[in-house]
Amino acid sequence: MSTVSTAPQPVAPAPASPSKSARARRSRGIQVLRYGLLLFFLVIVMMPVYVLLVTSFKGPGDASPDRAWLPPTELHLDGWRTAWEQLSPALGRTFALVIPASLISACLGAMNGFVLSRWRFPGANLVFTLILFGMFIPYQAVMIPLIELMQDLGVQSGVPSLIVLHVVFGLPITTLIFRNYYAGVPQEMIEAARVDGAGMLRTFRSVVLPLSVPAFVVTLIWQFTSAWNDYLFALFFSNARNGPVTISLNFLASGQLQDYSASMAGALIASFPTLIVYIVLGRWFLGGLMAGSLKG
Amino acid sequence: MRRRLQNYGPPLLLIAPSVVLVGVFVYGLIAVNVNTSLTDRHSRAPADGYVGLDNYKALFSDEDFQHALGNLLMYTLAFLVGALFFGFLWAWLLERGARGEGVFRTIYLFPMAVSFIASGVVWRWLLNSAEGERASGINRLLESTGLGFLQNSWWSDENWGILALTLPAIWQLSGYVMALFLAGFRGVPEELREAARVDGVTEWQLYRHVIFPQLSPVALSAIIIVGHMSLKVFDLVMAIAGQTNYTTQVPATQMWIEFTRGDYALSAAIGTVLLLIVAVLIVPYLVYTYRQERNR
Amino acid sequence: MKIRGRTTRSRCIGAATVALVTAFGATACGSDGGSGTGEGEVEVFTWWAQGSEKEGLDALVGVFEEQHSDLKFVNGAVAGGAGSDAKNVLASRLQTNDPPGTFQAHAGAELTDYIEQGDIEPLTDAYAEEGWDQLFPESLLEQIEQEGEYYSVPSNIHRANVVWANPAALEEAGVDPNAEYADLDAWIADLEKIEEAGITPLSIGMDWTQVHLLETVLLADLGVEAYNGLWDGTTDWAGAEVTGALEHYETLLGFTNSDRQSLDWPDATQQVIDGTAAFNVMGDWAEAAFASQDKVFGEDYTTFPVPGTDGVFDFLADSFTLPVGAPNPDASRAWLDTVASAEGQQAFNAAKGSIPANLEADTSEFGEYQQTAIESFAQDPIVSSLAHGSAASVSWLTDITSSISQFGSGGDVASLQEDLAATAEAQLAD
Repeated sequence: MSTVSTAPQPVAPAPASPSKSARARRSRGIQVLRYGLLLFFLVIVMMPVYVLLVTSFKGPGDASPDRAWLPPTELHLDGWRTAWEQLSPALGRTFALVIPASLISACLGAMNGFVLSRWRFPGANLVFTLILFGMFIPYQAVMIPLIELMQDLGVQSGVPSLIVLHVVFGLPITTLIFRNYYAGVPQEMIEAARVDGAGMLRTFRSVVLPLSVPAFVVTLIWQFTSAWNDYLFALFFSNARNGPVTISLNFLASGQLQDYSASMAGALIASFPTLIVYIVLGRWFLGGLMAGSLKG
Repeated sequence: MRRRLQNYGPPLLLIAPSVVLVGVFVYGLIAVNVNTSLTDRHSRAPADGYVGLDNYKALFSDEDFQHALGNLLMYTLAFLVGALFFGFLWAWLLERGARGEGVFRTIYLFPMAVSFIASGVVWRWLLNSAEGERASGINRLLESTGLGFLQNSWWSDENWGILALTLPAIWQLSGYVMALFLAGFRGVPEELREAARVDGVTEWQLYRHVIFPQLSPVALSAIIIVGHMSLKVFDLVMAIAGQTNYTTQVPATQMWIEFTRGDYALSAAIGTVLLLIVAVLIVPYLVYTYRQERNR
Repeated sequence: MKIRGRTTRSRCIGAATVALVTAFGATACGSDGGSGTGEGEVEVFTWWAQGSEKEGLDALVGVFEEQHSDLKFVNGAVAGGAGSDAKNVLASRLQTNDPPGTFQAHAGAELTDYIEQGDIEPLTDAYAEEGWDQLFPESLLEQIEQEGEYYSVPSNIHRANVVWANPAALEEAGVDPNAEYADLDAWIADLEKIEEAGITPLSIGMDWTQVHLLETVLLADLGVEAYNGLWDGTTDWAGAEVTGALEHYETLLGFTNSDRQSLDWPDATQQVIDGTAAFNVMGDWAEAAFASQDKVFGEDYTTFPVPGTDGVFDFLADSFTLPVGAPNPDASRAWLDTVASAEGQQAFNAAKGSIPANLEADTSEFGEYQQTAIESFAQDPIVSSLAHGSAASVSWLTDITSSISQFGSGGDVASLQEDLAATAEAQLAD
């Protein structure tokens, strides 16, 4: 973006400052503009949610695209009932795959992050960069051989396959988060343990791990959300009977006789778990986003 | 020698499982995939032999693929510009703290927690292409607010259909970019602002010459993150327009079609092309950060 | 110190997370995490997920559970796009060695790819053992035979070249609802009138419904022999006859609703039911959509063969296969047995609105429209449907669909024809 140098520029003598009241008036104007804009964008961002909510409570007939913006003429729960019937088995499966996948990749990420930042070996940076690359690749570039590899390994389609995939392809981001987090742990603490004769594993367990809870929370939230929302791997490695909720939702929503209220209710149901995690642990989620992008 | 083993053995052992997994699943499979793309494996059966770059030549001379590449480029540019613009604007509006900041932040950011499949359900409605009397979604809103002339056929448009899909993408990711910039703004040391104020700098000059320049690393991060997500676009197209719709074809959907048709060599080639495109963006970034780390 | 401060606070949040995770875990344990089909189960993969198709399937399942009470039916239906979504999902499952117990496929060329890739077992022996070859008409058996073997069991027959019309809408537009159109040009003349009256002349949906329209236009302009020749190379795709048909297609597409890409067939047919559109070209499964909304044949809606295809039965048949590596082949065979049976076909077709492939099925209770189809099927020449996989292989159809989708978003006839001709050449060369 801006290429201006970072040093504060020497500034020309300040122009005669306007009278105090004029300044106050202007800043009041700016405040109004600021809140006006903030509210305007708030409404824009919430618009799709409004349509989702009102449509999900509509009856047949009422839930047609040309009435999208109108509130329901009367409240119907049929859409929610249908969506729940269709999605609940898939919701269970999604939990069953997302939880182990996040836990395992978080643990591996913690080990990697520790070694790559605080118990280094020659070439650690190179190894880290090579692992990190895995985060950015389009999975299409490995998909064909991946399918055959999973078959050769005999991993079952559905939950088992998806756990393996989310663990493996989650490694780069979890490693990144933990590495950045541990970079903030003072090296002296680790040196002190070392001097006391503690080995690497003991140092990790008794000094570093107890400090790691925030990083674990951040990693788990991140992994939980991205595995929950995955569609690409699910499409290739599962089906509507053994796959996660994104697959079932897409089938529900792209059916021929579209049950609009059920589709919208389904979209909400499929989003609740991540939304709850996000609202309850929002601050940490934000922290995860930062760690995922801002390096060092 | 023994000393070195004692020093570096344990960390290497600890990171070994992840290195092996990433080595096999990322680098090994990329190699196999490139290999497949050079063969005549146009079915599930093993290949008969190598055909050099024939598959790539076929791809690049295929008008459909050129169209898909053009779409991907347009989509990425529009998505990047849109997400950076709104993300930056929102962060700037919230930067100095606003009443109810938490609410604004949470709502701007929440679309990030939702999958493209779920949000696709409602965006497919909003972007319905019917106009006039049968208009629904955004077209209906425009029609009823007297902005009827703005109605258009959204993703069904022959030339610019793909741009319609950037609306949901921008909706989803702007909050994320905002979070990045917000962290960037807050990371600007208070002393810098104070120093500038003491110098009698106007607010605008303060931003222009002091704060914005500090944000360029954040902007770079945002470009990398949003850019690579954008180049991998797949879920959104599948959820809104479906896999066969011509106006919104991108390489990832073509890869899926070729795969289901059983043309392994061609899907592998499309995957490799995607990887190369992403690599153009990512590899310089990784090399750059790697150098920076080394110099620290 | 800063770090220490952080940990105390974070411990609570950590504990909350653990609690949250445990709660999730409890939900997860309650559900079936596995993927395999259990003993005594048969997973039936179809795209009959909704509406009359689902009703038909439910009726068939009823017969199945009566005939094979020891087996359990598992519904593997995938909705969307006349099976185009389902076919992709199925292909993916077959390629990842995760076949269902049996899957639905259109009888005919659609099976070619599956046969070549070794996905399905030949059923010729089963036909002889069970006597299925005595149940189906010769003309149908010819269509489903591939290189001397049978690979699937047909469950029903549909007609594709049907125009559905709303007489009230036609009258409103000043068009005679009982008009008979000799050819497409005569029909187009009336479509113009309807457009002037402000009613959508012809409703249509997404890509595959456009291919469906194209196929009936090709049949109308080329006639039976030349239409069949398209699929074996004896008719030139680049020829003037095809150009004429494509121009007709372009004209017809100009009379359709602009939001077609966002609609599937029921939405398009619904426009005729509601009277916002005058005509819709759709297979006779649309009958069920009218019937389910209590519309009366002859009053609320009428049908006629697509102009220029009178006296031809553009046919497609759904059928079931035995996949290689099916988890439970005996159970799959039992399902096929029910599909072939007269009881199964009667129950299924009565609900779905199609006509039985099994000649022994009792059709006396079938509706008025279905009777006309049964009659036509018995006496008229039969051609295979393109859009529904009987005429061309899946791979060929994929290419044609992509060309049609491109054309629908604003292409020209010349490049469409070029595309189609090139595709045909490549496909016939394989």
